[in-house]
Amino acid sequence: MRENAVSRYGLAFEEVSLQAGVDFEHQAPKLDQKLAPIMPQIASMGAGVAVCDFDRDGWDDFYATNSAVGSQNRLYRNRHDGTFEDVAAKLGVADLNRQGSGASMGAVWGDYDNDGWDDLLIYKWGKPELWHNEAGKSFQNVTDKANLPRWVNANNAIWFDYDRDGKLDIFIGGYYREDIDLWNLKSTDIMPESFEYAQNGGRKYLLRGRGDGTFEDVTKQAGLESRRWALGAVAGDFRGTGYPDLVIANDYGITEFFANTKGHFQEIGRQVGIGFAPKSGMNACAGDVLNTGTQAIYISNITEPNILNQRNNLWVPREGLKAGNVRYDNLADNMGVGDGGWSFGAVFGDFNNDGAQDLYCTNGFISADRQKTYWYDYSKITGANTAIIRDAKNWPAMNGNSLSGFQTKRLWLNDSLGSFKEVAQNIGVTDKFDGRAAVTADLWNRGTLDLIVANQEGPLLIYKNSVTPEHKWIQFDLRGQGSNRDAIGAAVTLFWDGKKQLQTITGGEGFCAQKMHRLHFGLGKTAKLEKAIVRWPSGAVQTVTNLKTNAINSITEAGKAAPVSTGGKQSV
Amino acid sequence: MISETAVPNTTNAKAPSVAVETVPKTRKFDQRYVAPIIVTCLLIASQSQFGVLNLKFTLSAIFTAIVCEIVLSKITTGKFPHLASAYISGISVGILIHTQFFWPFMVCAAISITSKYVLRWQGRHLWNPSNFGICAMLILAHENTATLMQQWDNRNYAIYLIWLVGAFTIYRLKRFHICATYIAAFLFYAFVRARFSPLGLMGGESLLNAFWAEAGPITGPMYQLFIFFMITDPKTTVGTKRGQMIVAFAVATMEMLIRTLANNAGAFADTNFYSFIINLGIHAPYFSLFLAGPLANVLEIAGRKAAIKIVVVESPSTVSAA
Repeated sequence: MRENAVSRYGLAFEEVSLQAGVDFEHQAPKLDQKLAPIMPQIASMGAGVAVCDFDRDGWDDFYATNSAVGSQNRLYRNRHDGTFEDVAAKLGVADLNRQGSGASMGAVWGDYDNDGWDDLLIYKWGKPELWHNEAGKSFQNVTDKANLPRWVNANNAIWFDYDRDGKLDIFIGGYYREDIDLWNLKSTDIMPESFEYAQNGGRKYLLRGRGDGTFEDVTKQAGLESRRWALGAVAGDFRGTGYPDLVIANDYGITEFFANTKGHFQEIGRQVGIGFAPKSGMNACAGDVLNTGTQAIYISNITEPNILNQRNNLWVPREGLKAGNVRYDNLADNMGVGDGGWSFGAVFGDFNNDGAQDLYCTNGFISADRQKTYWYDYSKITGANTAIIRDAKNWPAMNGNSLSGFQTKRLWLNDSLGSFKEVAQNIGVTDKFDGRAAVTADLWNRGTLDLIVANQEGPLLIYKNSVTPEHKWIQFDLRGQGSNRDAIGAAVTLFWDGKKQLQTITGGEGFCAQKMHRLHFGLGKTAKLEKAIVRWPSGAVQTVTNLKTNAINSITEAGKAAPVSTGGKQSV
Repeated sequence: MISETAVPNTTNAKAPSVAVETVPKTRKFDQRYVAPIIVTCLLIASQSQFGVLNLKFTLSAIFTAIVCEIVLSKITTGKFPHLASAYISGISVGILIHTQFFWPFMVCAAISITSKYVLRWQGRHLWNPSNFGICAMLILAHENTATLMQQWDNRNYAIYLIWLVGAFTIYRLKRFHICATYIAAFLFYAFVRARFSPLGLMGGESLLNAFWAEAGPITGPMYQLFIFFMITDPKTTVGTKRGQMIVAFAVATMEMLIRTLANNAGAFADTNFYSFIINLGIHAPYFSLFLAGPLANVLEIAGRKAAIKIVVVESPSTVSAA
């Protein structure tokens, strides 16, 4: 089957987590017993994964979050031999779900002090924690010094440099209100006031990094105030102004587009077209799906046949607008990526190295009783008045029923001409767990994008990718100098064979996820590389021409491209 | 389904076609345009505020409904029909159906209009056209069709808007007794379902919570639309005030049966039947009207026939005069 898939689609996946020594199983938090009748719905998130080469050995490692009290987070270090070892406990970042401290929801890596080592931010339903990377040998808890919020019920956080001062800042998006301790409820009035326009969720935090390990809350003065129910966020220079804009996918509401003008944000979702129709936004990620040098934004929602037909959104920017202007059209169904089921995390990546950005989307909300569904009970509450739905006690008990569970995953291959084809079952992506976070990483430095999927109350899966050797690739490892050292926000436009494609380094995107730092471009069969234009967060623009295929090309800001060996077998 | 309300009957035996087809000679405003105007305003308000509709799909449904109306009217009566009824059938389909394809909108609109001409008895169509079309789609094309679980927000201002427009319409039609009967019956049945639910059996605050869960749907905007604009549809309700109240009660009773089945669907071992019941429950108001409405019409027509026979026996001259 694998050979057939490779010959037919150019790739095949094999789930290898146990062979790779990864036996992580997510455990959901157990919250206040007042929520017991609908506990599966409330405690339905927390499986996150973030990729980083934390020890700078040239091989991607990853961190996975757990959520039950006493459960351990894992930091899997790449052994370079196809296996991983959990070093979280040894390095001090395992026991983060202690009683009273909240439950981990996800994590993102970022070098906030530009010392060359990526530090670790864990966001929770609880107090966020910041751990300083001590040269890849241990982590030091610097939360108290950092001036992070006391408590945030967050399901997303990203690193980015919103003011382009060369120091990484933090965005944290609240879901439940920050005055709610889900383990010790004072009231059950915690639910959304509306299924479509709820604005009683958690507040947002924009924490400006000073570069010394301390952060300043600048949310209000930066204009980033919102109380929508944030689940996904992605930053990028979507308007071509040089400053990173911020797109937030909100549950129970519209997607927000915060335009960044020299460090000040303004919500313009309606004007740009994406903030109009309310849905159940879970994920926000960006990819150049048409090889136009611009990025489309993918927002995942809920689609359940016969019941709820929200469809996922693929917001594709119109061409020909002036710099600073952007306008999006939802082409998800036109291009074939509208139906993702009860979708959660999604990630773009050229999985078959054919030169076009493909899309993986995981899904499935609650898999319990295979025969019984909660949808009828859910329909009663979704249509009710705000006074009823905002009190969790009025929600019908789940009684072990499933809610869009056991769903098949989606992997859409992009023909680069505006059409995607769903092939997940054909290429080996066959699990039906309740997927949450999804990331890409070249775990074995083979020039292929592997998939890591974190499942709620399920195993963390590693899908090892086998790609046809006919297809070439190139990767970029960027390091900032005037910009933040991680080069988060840097955009590379690669030109080859008359094509071009844009990719951006992000400090987290999707749903509770951060994909690998290196940028991976598939090139197809006959790759004549022309150039790569790098737009650094500082504003500097660098054109690189001496590029090498089937290799990791390291580029340092204001320096020349210098292909170097970084440990990968095929690197040069 | 929403918008057939207040449109004078063009195919109903209760309103002679001669009277309906006569174009008013004065410049007096044609009352048949009131309902389309109201529904169009609601649609525009919804679209500008919520943006939940795909206008291309809605327009395709309206277009299909109008074309079907013209063609079928020409075939069956040879006359060019008044298009208000078809327009609002199309707009109803556009509002209530949710799918990413064009064809369900067009098929649903075509079924709705065709049902008016085909499913008739004693010169009167039995089903609310768009209600019939939507239920047909939910059963026959369920993989590609959904109704809107969510629309118009859950907050109060949407309810205020609907009540404002609805009250105006119902005041004109003098049909608030239908709304009141349905609301009272729904709340009573919600209490009954809550009382015998596991939570309700605990009594006290739990009973109240169980009641709110069962009564939840009627407190949202979608049901306000249903109450004001669907069950009051003059073309598919019976003639007398008392009869109309009985029909409203019957619709609520049918919904009670459906919801009770759905609440207890776990007792059915057959997965297909279980799914069918859940499907009925999720779309309970549509199916309750689908089942109760025609039944009431049939009973009324049958009753009238029986009454006419009695009158014929007693006084043939009276009948011919009528």
